[in-house]
Amino acid sequence: MARIRLTGGRVIDPASGLDDVTDLVLDEGVVKGLSRGSGSADGETVLDVSGYVVAPGFVDLHTHLREPGFEDMESLRSGTRAAAAGGFTTVCAMPDTSPTTDTGSDVEALLRMARRDAVVRVLPVGTVTKHREGRELSEMADMAEAGAVAFTDSGRMVKTGALMRRALEYTLLTGLPIADHVEDPDIAGGGVMNEGPTATRLGLRGVPHEAEEVAVARDLALARLTGGRLHLAHLSTAGSIGLLGRAREQGLAVSAEVTPHHLTLTDAAVAGSESGRLYDANARVSPPLRTLEDAEALLQGLREGVIDCIATDHAPHRIIDKNCEFDDAAPGISGLETAFGLLMRLVHAGRLDLATLIAALTVRPSRVWGLPYGTLARGAPGDLVVLDPAQAWTVDPGRFLSKGKNTPLAGQTLRGAVLLTVVNGTVVYRNGL
Amino acid sequence: MIEQRPAPYTDVAPSAAVSAAAGGGPGRRRRHVLDLDDYAPAEIEEVLSTAEAMRGILARPIKKVPTLRGRTVVTLFYEASTRTRVSFEMAAKALGADTVNISASGSSVEKGESLLDTVRTLRALGADTVVMRHKSAGAPYLVASEINASVINAGDGWHAHPSQALLDLFTVRSHLGRLDGLKVVLLGDVLHSRVARSNLWGFTHMGAQVVLCGPPTLLPPASFGCDGLPWPATVEYRVDRALEGADVVMALRLQTERQAAGLLPSVREYVHQYGLTEERLAMAKPGALVMHPGPMNEGIEIDTAVARGVQSVIEEQVTNGVAVRMALLYLLSGLSADQARGA
Repeated sequence: MARIRLTGGRVIDPASGLDDVTDLVLDEGVVKGLSRGSGSADGETVLDVSGYVVAPGFVDLHTHLREPGFEDMESLRSGTRAAAAGGFTTVCAMPDTSPTTDTGSDVEALLRMARRDAVVRVLPVGTVTKHREGRELSEMADMAEAGAVAFTDSGRMVKTGALMRRALEYTLLTGLPIADHVEDPDIAGGGVMNEGPTATRLGLRGVPHEAEEVAVARDLALARLTGGRLHLAHLSTAGSIGLLGRAREQGLAVSAEVTPHHLTLTDAAVAGSESGRLYDANARVSPPLRTLEDAEALLQGLREGVIDCIATDHAPHRIIDKNCEFDDAAPGISGLETAFGLLMRLVHAGRLDLATLIAALTVRPSRVWGLPYGTLARGAPGDLVVLDPAQAWTVDPGRFLSKGKNTPLAGQTLRGAVLLTVVNGTVVYRNGL
Repeated sequence: MIEQRPAPYTDVAPSAAVSAAAGGGPGRRRRHVLDLDDYAPAEIEEVLSTAEAMRGILARPIKKVPTLRGRTVVTLFYEASTRTRVSFEMAAKALGADTVNISASGSSVEKGESLLDTVRTLRALGADTVVMRHKSAGAPYLVASEINASVINAGDGWHAHPSQALLDLFTVRSHLGRLDGLKVVLLGDVLHSRVARSNLWGFTHMGAQVVLCGPPTLLPPASFGCDGLPWPATVEYRVDRALEGADVVMALRLQTERQAAGLLPSVREYVHQYGLTEERLAMAKPGALVMHPGPMNEGIEIDTAVARGVQSVIEEQVTNGVAVRMALLYLLSGLSADQARGA
């Protein structure tokens, strides 16, 4: 495997606290080390990355890759190419495929397909209950042995408190977290956007904040009861941050993620704040985009470590599933390729520092799920990304590598671009470098 | 067939060259009527005064002018309707347009054709204006963004029903002489009512004070209080207080499904608490107008005696609907209001 030397870049590795201009060498697929100004050896590829940022490859704990079963929405190939374009070197594949990832052999099959088609590392996430139906537990111990990294009923809350209790108890065996989609479906009541003045004005059914907070409260109570390992997916409300903060103070083994869109957008996007289109179905997502106060609280939670990390909840959909009546539109945003640029809005606004952002995309998600990635330590897998935090680009979904063109950001100019993505020492994405 | 021309008659040819002021307020021409949220008071005035001219046409022995001759107005209704659909059809015919009526049943919608494919087909067949009703809020916006035809929203989910609100404004103003400063009570199921939402825009744009009254479960979510409303309106749960001093009381239709959906203990209790009776109407100003967008559940949200009483303008609402819809079709066509009066 080729030796790669990146010269002159600002290397930010939050895992070690490094933030310095230095050369970085990858060899044999792993991080060989840092060297300042030393000459290059024969046979190595030298890339001058002066003026750019070198960081560990991003790790996404929440990616819908749709394969097997929904290859018209996304495939392992298209989804992982999109991941590479977004700077992600590791993605955790959600199990809401067809068939769902319920067994050890499902996990093995996915890993086999990924070896064939994927350009970045794919880590399977299994279901908590068979077919996500909320009736019987899935074979989580077998899946763990086969290489699953977590379990979730993805897109649905684990249906009953009793099952969630058993699932959390089972984590004491597997050591792997239950990532719950925290939304009480009764309280959500078929809502299609955040409940509030915008929903009232648009005449759309709302999902109150409390649909999430009731679910968070249930799961935290059950984590306390069982001592099990709980992960809260895509938190969206200020109230959830409050509940989570108190649980952390009590020492509960709980972790949480937030999406780029919940940190940066509000329910005004449904009324066209990003796209200029009223009833923008591309702004329909579950949980729904909330308010400015919520986005502020989520950001503060991320800064203070109440929220562990950022995950994209990349949810590609077909055009016909979005270019339709809002009530009928599928929820979700194709987010891998816009994540970094969108999050850089927070950095450019002076509300988040770049090192914290990179940590939230790399070492922090890796640590919460016990993954050996997201670091540039010597000997670590050679996963890295070269970023230009200043480069402006316009979002054109037609040019996405993802099959999912569903983004409310079409036409928006983002500042912050991914120039190079390397997985295990191999360049998998290159953009102008 | 040779059309009989009413006299006095001025032929008005459809023309793309229109005065800048026609139809869209100063400096722009409106292409669609989707909601009243973006109507300036002057533009509402223009619709109401044009409707006045149209009422004149409807009072003639031959209620027909050829103003929109050669244009095709399609009514596309995904939900049942009598008065709105017929009203638009009569309005279009009175202006000389050709009309085509499509309902979801009996069309390719039953074969699973998507909304957008249906409207693209209509456009390809030559529709100039699509008047549509749909169960999903926002559906007319989707259509308007995709096809090269005018779209009139004849009701989308809970969201809007702008022609209904305009005919309500027209009816109130023709009785009370003004809209500014009036106290208007929208009584009943505001939460699920597109008529209420459009009237909230219409009346508040024109300076009226709007009070929403109904059980908390049928009003926009209480957790946000009045501050959470997108309109400068107030909420009053108790009907007696709401009606005090009202100039206009509009009872909204109560869908009996609301009981099964857990939003009401019983229709009986609703009638007891909120039904518009003569006794309650007496709390309002003497001569206050009683309105209802229809279809009515007599004996539920409104007592028969009130619906048929001297203060009721419910039938007149329906009559005025044709003139107001003629005005909308006319203004969208791009001809000037002066030409409309001449027609």
